[in-house]
Parts: sequence; structure tokens; C-alpha cells
Amino acid sequence: MTEAEIIKTVNNFLVEEFEVDEAKITPDANLRETLELDSLDYVDLVVVIESNFGFKVKGEDFTTIHTFQNFYDYCYKKVQEKEVA
Amino acid sequence: MNRVVITGIGAWSCLGKSLDEIKNSLFAGKSGIVLDQSRKEMGYRSGLTGFVERPQLKGLLDRRQRVGMAEPAEYAYMATLEAFKVAGMDQDFIDANEVGIIYGNDSVAGATIEANDIVRAKKDTTLLGSGAIFQTMTCTATMNLSTIFRLKGINYTLGAACASGSHSIGMGYLMIKWGLQQQVVCGGTQEVNNYTFGAFDGLSAFSIRENDPTKASRPFDRDRDGLIPSGGAATVILESLESAQKRGATILAEVIGYGFSSNGEHISNSSVGGQTRSLAMALKEAGIDAKEVDYINAHATSTPGGDKVEAQAIYNLFGAHNTPVSSTKSMTGHECWMAGASEIVYSTLMMQNNFIAPNINFENPDEDSARLNIVAETREASLGTVLSNSFGFGGTNSTLIIKKFS
Repeated sequence: MTEAEIIKTVNNFLVEEFEVDEAKITPDANLRETLELDSLDYVDLVVVIESNFGFKVKGEDFTTIHTFQNFYDYCYKKVQEKEVA
Repeated sequence: MNRVVITGIGAWSCLGKSLDEIKNSLFAGKSGIVLDQSRKEMGYRSGLTGFVERPQLKGLLDRRQRVGMAEPAEYAYMATLEAFKVAGMDQDFIDANEVGIIYGNDSVAGATIEANDIVRAKKDTTLLGSGAIFQTMTCTATMNLSTIFRLKGINYTLGAACASGSHSIGMGYLMIKWGLQQQVVCGGTQEVNNYTFGAFDGLSAFSIRENDPTKASRPFDRDRDGLIPSGGAATVILESLESAQKRGATILAEVIGYGFSSNGEHISNSSVGGQTRSLAMALKEAGIDAKEVDYINAHATSTPGGDKVEAQAIYNLFGAHNTPVSSTKSMTGHECWMAGASEIVYSTLMMQNNFIAPNINFENPDEDSARLNIVAETREASLGTVLSNSFGFGGTNSTLIIKKFS
């Protein structure tokens, strides 16, 4: 998957599954605040990432993800690792 | 002691998705039963079922509110939304009062099996998502509704097999009568998915008249061969008379009696003695004589054994008065955990609109039903007092009596 494809997929599931206003999704926006994530929502984020990209997020990985760009980069890196493997 | 009145009703059933649709179906004697081929493919002996549409909640509720809702909670939400509207209780009123909820439910088989299928396939419980826990508990309806509507009074689910919905109204009635609550959301909900009724079907309790689905549910008829499972949800909002009058609410009916008993006998067989005690207790508690009851909404599910026993119990107490009797399950099938609540909704609609809904498919009586005044065709009638029976596995019996408010 290209980085553009990753971004498109992430934005699609955030709009569809998390019902976030697409206009609020910008690379520098804060992920947790924009999605109004609580502890239960993080569990659902793990599920939607697994079903879209086929890898399982570790809870501690979220501590380094602050912005949408961080999130795209993280997903891209994990997908690349998976494809190489 | 408070007087207890009904100020709101709502339902989502195989007879309709609004009170108006349901009233028209009841008046027309319209069946909601279909043949579902997918049940046959799963190994069901009978593919007959009430057809209940799944509500579309996207747009009505946000994601966080929806993810924990299993099928019973979805139906209960739709029924309760309508009931609050009928009652004229808006969110400001709910926020300012300690409104309670006691709702009947006795399974979440669909959500439970689907969740366990995911764990088996993925070998990882996290991948169930955050909603699974709230979907797979039998209190899924009360957990979700109390959160969505911000209810602050009594809050629990009541499981009593096919008398769950009726007992929930009985318990709400007692809470208000004793002054512990002023408003309680009562009701019953029943999932209809293919995982729900397999074990019940396995008892050969369901009708196999699959060539004619709308004729299959025939309570009290000589040629009945079993019940048809069905579902949805029904909500009845109970309120103290004082609270209802204070806010100028329209009073739909008054609950005047709740009787109950346990057979203390067989786990699935009905008992004339147990049912008679429940009926007698309801009459005594209401302080009325049997002759004052204008109509009995029977539990009768269309099983050979169950209808026979109920006919005998009704005859014991009402035989001398030739009280009109019908089972709306002839149209709905057996709505199980929901039935006791839905049948109060149906009875209230009949009371409001001056008719008795027919016991459709009653063509030939057997020796017990021949002694009752079974209403086989829609009958115009002014109903002052109505009695509703609900019985369940384990020998749990519940009888409610409602009266036109004056």
C-alpha cells in the first residue's frame, strides 16, 4: 500500500466507523481530541485497524501517536513491515 | 399507597413499527408470521417466525451509544422512544426526575454467539471491540436505555422466561404503589435472530404448519400444533397518578392489579393450580369480582398442552361470566420475553379504540376452549377492565389487570 492509500483508508474508516466530520481531519490535528476518544474507543480503534490493515496495535503504541500524521505514519510503517515479512 | 397509571406506550413488533400500524393490524386480524428459509438451512425443525425489521439507529444515536446495543436493546430503544413521546416526557423532564427502568429480557444469544465466534476465529479477545460486553449481558436493554435517556431511578432487567415483560410491569407497579418511585419505564424485549430459538425449536414446541404461515398460530383451536417464535419490544411507562396529574399528562389506563405465583412443579409444563392462583391474586389485589372483567388477553401460545391448561384456569374463575377471551399471539406469534408487555400495549390500544382484537384461526374448539367465550372475529366493545395473562418456563405466572381511568 502506498502512503496515499493508507491515508485514504484511515480517513474512510474514521468517517464511517467513528463518524468524525471529514473537514476536521487534518495532518496536524490532535487525534484523541478530534475523535473525542475515551478508553473504550481505543479498543474499537484496535479492531478497525486490524480489520483494515491486518495488524494488531499494542496499547503502548498509542502513547507516541498524537496527530493524524503520526497515526498515518504509524500505520504505513506497520503495513510496510507486514508486507516485507 | 399511590394509584398507578399508564401514561406512555410504544412497541416495535411484527404487527407494526408504530402504535398506529399495530392498532390497524390488531383491528384487521393481520398476521405477522412468515416462513424463514434460513432457519431450515440451520437445522430448525420449524422455519416459522414473526417477521420483525431491525431498526436503523445510525442517525438517531451516535456511535458510542450504538456499539453496546444488541438486538434486544435496539428494539427496546425504538419502543421506548415512542412511549416517551406518547407520555409527553421530554429529556428536560427526565433529567429533573428520578425516572426508573425495569425491563424484561432473558437472552442475548445472537450477540453472545457472534462474539464467541470472533474469539474462536481471531484468538484475541481485544478484537471483540468495546461493545461486546454491553451487548452480551442480558441487561443490554436497561444498561443502554438508562445511559441514553440518562435515567436516574431504579435500574434493572427482569428475567422470568415468557412472563418477563409482565412481571416487569408488575414490579414497576409495586415500586410506584409503595411510593419508592414516581415514574418507571417498564417493558419487555425479545431478539429474533436465528441463534435465539434453536434450543426451543429442539423441544418440538413450534408449529410445523409451514405451508400456511399466517394460519399456523391458532391458540385454543382444536388443530393447533405448536407456537411460532416472534419478538421485538414493547414499553409501558408507569407513573403515579399524582405525578401524571401534576404535569397534565393524558392517562391511558390505570393498573389496578398484579397477581403472581410459581407452580412449584414441572419445568416446562403449565399448571391449572398455579395459573388459577395468579389470576385469583390479581382479582383480589385489584379488589374486583371476576364479573367486572370485560376482556381477557390470554397467554395462549398455540401449544396443545399450554392452551388446554390456561382454558381450564380461566374457566375456573370466569366460566360463570362468559368473559370474552382472545390471544393476540394468533397474530404475533409468541413474543416470549416481550409478550407480557406487548400484550398490555395491545390491550391498551383495544381499550382506547373500543374493540377486541380477534383470536384469528380459531375455527374449531377443543373440549376446554369450547367452554370459553373465544372472540374469533374483531368485535366492537367498550372495555372498562382488561386482564392479561403471562406464563413462563419454570412455572412462573403473572397476571395484570388494567382499567380505563376515571
